[in-house]
Amino acid sequence: MRVNFTVNGRPQQADDVWEGESLLYVLRERLGLPGSKNACEQGECGSCTVRLDGVPVCSCLVAAGQAEGREVVTVEGLADHARQRACGTGGTCGTSLDEAKGWTADGTDSQTGEGAELSPVQQAFIDAGAVQCGFCTPGLLVAADEMLERNPNPSDADIREALSGNLCRCTGYEKIMDAVRLAAARQSEGV
Amino acid sequence: MPTNGVPTKITQGSGTKGGIGESTLRPDGTLKVTGEFAYSSDMWHEDMLWGQILRSTVAHAEIVSIDTAEALATPGVYAVMTYDDLPTEVKHYGLEIRDTPVLAHGKVRHHGEPVAIVAADHPETARRAAAKIKVDYRELPVITDEASATAPDAILIHEDRDDHHIGHVPHPNIVHRQPIVRGDVAAARERADVIVEGEYTFGMQDQAFLGPESGLAVPEEDGGVHLYIATQWLHSDLRQIAPVLGLPEDKVRMTLAGVGGAFGGREDLSMQIHACLLALRTGKPVKIVYNRFESFFGHVHRHPAKLHYEHGATADGRLTHVRARIVLDGGAYASASPAVVGNASSLGVGPYAVDDVDIEAIALYTNNPPCGAMRGFGAVQACFAYEAQMDKLAAKLGIDPVELRQRNAMEQGTLLPTGQPVDSPAPVAELLRRVKAMPMPPERQWESSEGADVRQLPGGLSNTTHGEGVVRGVGYAVGIKNVGFSEGFDDYSTARVRMEVVGGEPVATVHTAMAEVGQGGVTVHAQIARTELGVTQVTIHPADTRVGSAGSTSASRQTYVTGGAIKNACELVREKVLELGRRKLGSYHPAWAHAELLLEGGKVVTDAGEVLADLVDVLGDEAVEVEEEWRHRATEPFDLRTGQGNGHVQYSFAAHRAVVEVDTELGLVKVIELACAQDVGKALNPLSVVGQIQGGTTQGLGVAVMEEILVDPKTAKVRNPSFTDYLIPTILDTPTIPVDVLELADDHAPYGLRGIGEAPTLSSTPAVLAAIRAATGRELNRTPVRPEHLTGAS
Repeated sequence: MRVNFTVNGRPQQADDVWEGESLLYVLRERLGLPGSKNACEQGECGSCTVRLDGVPVCSCLVAAGQAEGREVVTVEGLADHARQRACGTGGTCGTSLDEAKGWTADGTDSQTGEGAELSPVQQAFIDAGAVQCGFCTPGLLVAADEMLERNPNPSDADIREALSGNLCRCTGYEKIMDAVRLAAARQSEGV
Repeated sequence: MPTNGVPTKITQGSGTKGGIGESTLRPDGTLKVTGEFAYSSDMWHEDMLWGQILRSTVAHAEIVSIDTAEALATPGVYAVMTYDDLPTEVKHYGLEIRDTPVLAHGKVRHHGEPVAIVAADHPETARRAAAKIKVDYRELPVITDEASATAPDAILIHEDRDDHHIGHVPHPNIVHRQPIVRGDVAAARERADVIVEGEYTFGMQDQAFLGPESGLAVPEEDGGVHLYIATQWLHSDLRQIAPVLGLPEDKVRMTLAGVGGAFGGREDLSMQIHACLLALRTGKPVKIVYNRFESFFGHVHRHPAKLHYEHGATADGRLTHVRARIVLDGGAYASASPAVVGNASSLGVGPYAVDDVDIEAIALYTNNPPCGAMRGFGAVQACFAYEAQMDKLAAKLGIDPVELRQRNAMEQGTLLPTGQPVDSPAPVAELLRRVKAMPMPPERQWESSEGADVRQLPGGLSNTTHGEGVVRGVGYAVGIKNVGFSEGFDDYSTARVRMEVVGGEPVATVHTAMAEVGQGGVTVHAQIARTELGVTQVTIHPADTRVGSAGSTSASRQTYVTGGAIKNACELVREKVLELGRRKLGSYHPAWAHAELLLEGGKVVTDAGEVLADLVDVLGDEAVEVEEEWRHRATEPFDLRTGQGNGHVQYSFAAHRAVVEVDTELGLVKVIELACAQDVGKALNPLSVVGQIQGGTTQGLGVAVMEEILVDPKTAKVRNPSFTDYLIPTILDTPTIPVDVLELADDHAPYGLRGIGEAPTLSSTPAVLAAIRAATGRELNRTPVRPEHLTGAS
């Protein structure tokens, strides 16, 4: 079947999709967006978290056909998503439709990705040491960013509750807590 | 040394930003937060096929027949292979003992053993085709514990053993046995005023790295293959893969793909050979990615163990002796079992001074899942038991448990039960003092003006209590872990370091085969190069087999050994650069000939701080490159009868204090805080050090209260191979983990550093158990502890 949906502001079309394919599979294998990770394929680990019409979902549990006509934000689009949010609806720095269509994950010209424009939560994860192996990171970033959108000044208990669907095996979560607190603080300072 | 207050020597690297001791950020951080970092499961190649493994549905059986016809006839399927299709006479692999079949031959020995492999153009097609392969099994009785393994009529798991352990084991179903005998336990026992005994059980833990086993094998024009793979040790894989493929090692090229965690679970091969076989058979690139279900079968686990301990002490709390028998279940194949036995036995009394010791450790062959390396590697199981014993002893003596530990704590110079002196700082008592001195978390922190915040109570949002029945407990533990490969292993690493001018700036390139698995090795490698070579720009070359072996990313060894190799190679590069400078510019300043010269801030400077030249001018168009192997001090094997021998290189110590709250009516546990104090020798990157300690602590927490692979004792089948049924700590289960880092240099190690990754995994578990015992008054001789153990329901 053919599936049409919007990914990171850009209309996408996937052909020859088998009915059993998940949104995660189509993103990773058909649309060249491997940022969302597959670690359990049963909605337990959160590594594949994306936003579907704004709502965080495990994309491994969404049949690709269910995404028809809907809007998806993945980790690859998180920086743009955050920038647009920061600018608000009546802002002067929004992304035009043409810009959105021209979106690409490559904002870098070096091996390390330096120079990429990052969302506050992405930068905070790097600065706080919240990334080790990094496999859980994309899902955590999408979930954390969504929580900060809803709740700009979360308590520690709020952060833990919001991220409780995202497993991390490396960090013991302490640096992830630090990162989300840091992102919230920077956001409230308007940095 | 400066004696007059005027620094006469500038610390190396002081003029270069981003050197050792700074919390520089990960070079791969940006790629990892943008989703661009290419993990092994992200590999993609035009025209690639997907591989799938068919695994045994039973634990122990003869294979009567395999029928692949229907699978082969499936549209989209390119190849189906079984044992009969293996190309050479080498059909087994293994880390130390080559006892593991690439594909099962005649017999399967554990649930989930690979039997056949399929390549198809879509992963679902491959899965469905594999399901069409008909395997006729004739089931055999299962061996699941020591009694069934060593029974007189026990079936031998491996009939024709010819490995180097068979000569000294009491039964062919025992992989390896290591006794450690020191002093006179019988006499020491007579001196004991108090004796405590305990029988302990340690459950089977899974590494549960999030990035599944995966990789891409690409056939090459010269008949070779290029494997992009997530592993812990490229060259160890290569040594096992090439003979099975019938290729010389230089025709099997390996490049490290992004690794989503490891924790020991990637020391053994998983899909490496299978992907290469299918790629060479089909002539097409083949990708294999396990799903989580398969991952539980696709790698070895932490050995479950039964441990029997006896501790004696005088009335004033001095240990008289320790007797222990440690039985590790190695499962169907050897993997790292012999080395795990070596660790469990040699570190079996923990970080304590005891003169009279009698320990025996064995690993069994059974039909349970194969077990091997996991963070802590044999020292974890022992620590759980000896720390429970220390608490038991303290209670019987009426001595504070921390005080008892401090009275018996080893120090620098203490002899291990192997007779080996601990020849670097061993601040065991100090770590306990520090962790005890950390402020306690406030009582009843779940109380708020709006009533109880159930999220902070046992049971959480299940809303099972608002504080009623909740009791707090506090527990302590401390442990000792060896660093590096022990028992005479030639544990080296190789580094290639190059220095040249790129874009008008001096740049160092560091090329090693070290597997970055998330630990941050790439971060500290760059820091070392900056410190040693005085440059800001360091390029970390991707890890591959075009450079010599780096050894394994395990045993807390990479910063020590590959870090040491890089430091050494940098020193050699520095000498060459200075030689170049003397040749080119030596006549301009006498200091070139007479002063001690350093590289700092992109310049050649004298030890008095005078700048002699810019590195750009010294190097010009020339590149200086060195590749060199580097070794730590040699070790020796343990004597097979007495266990005596200088088997270890270095030790790592951590202590934990756990604070828990237990809903004593429902048996639910909330760990409130898990404080850690650890000696790291020298923190090359303090941010990463703390991250390692917190991560290791959390894995110890997991096996204390939730993590266990359940194997049916009747069938030896795994009952919970999923993240729905095998639980690892979430952010809600994990407490705050305050860390106190002590830096007492080990003069034998580069920069005085200690390997740090594993020690926190040891003491975390027994500290949590001790805290739960304190809260409930129950004995709790097994881990993980489950609600039924706390309510008396079991």
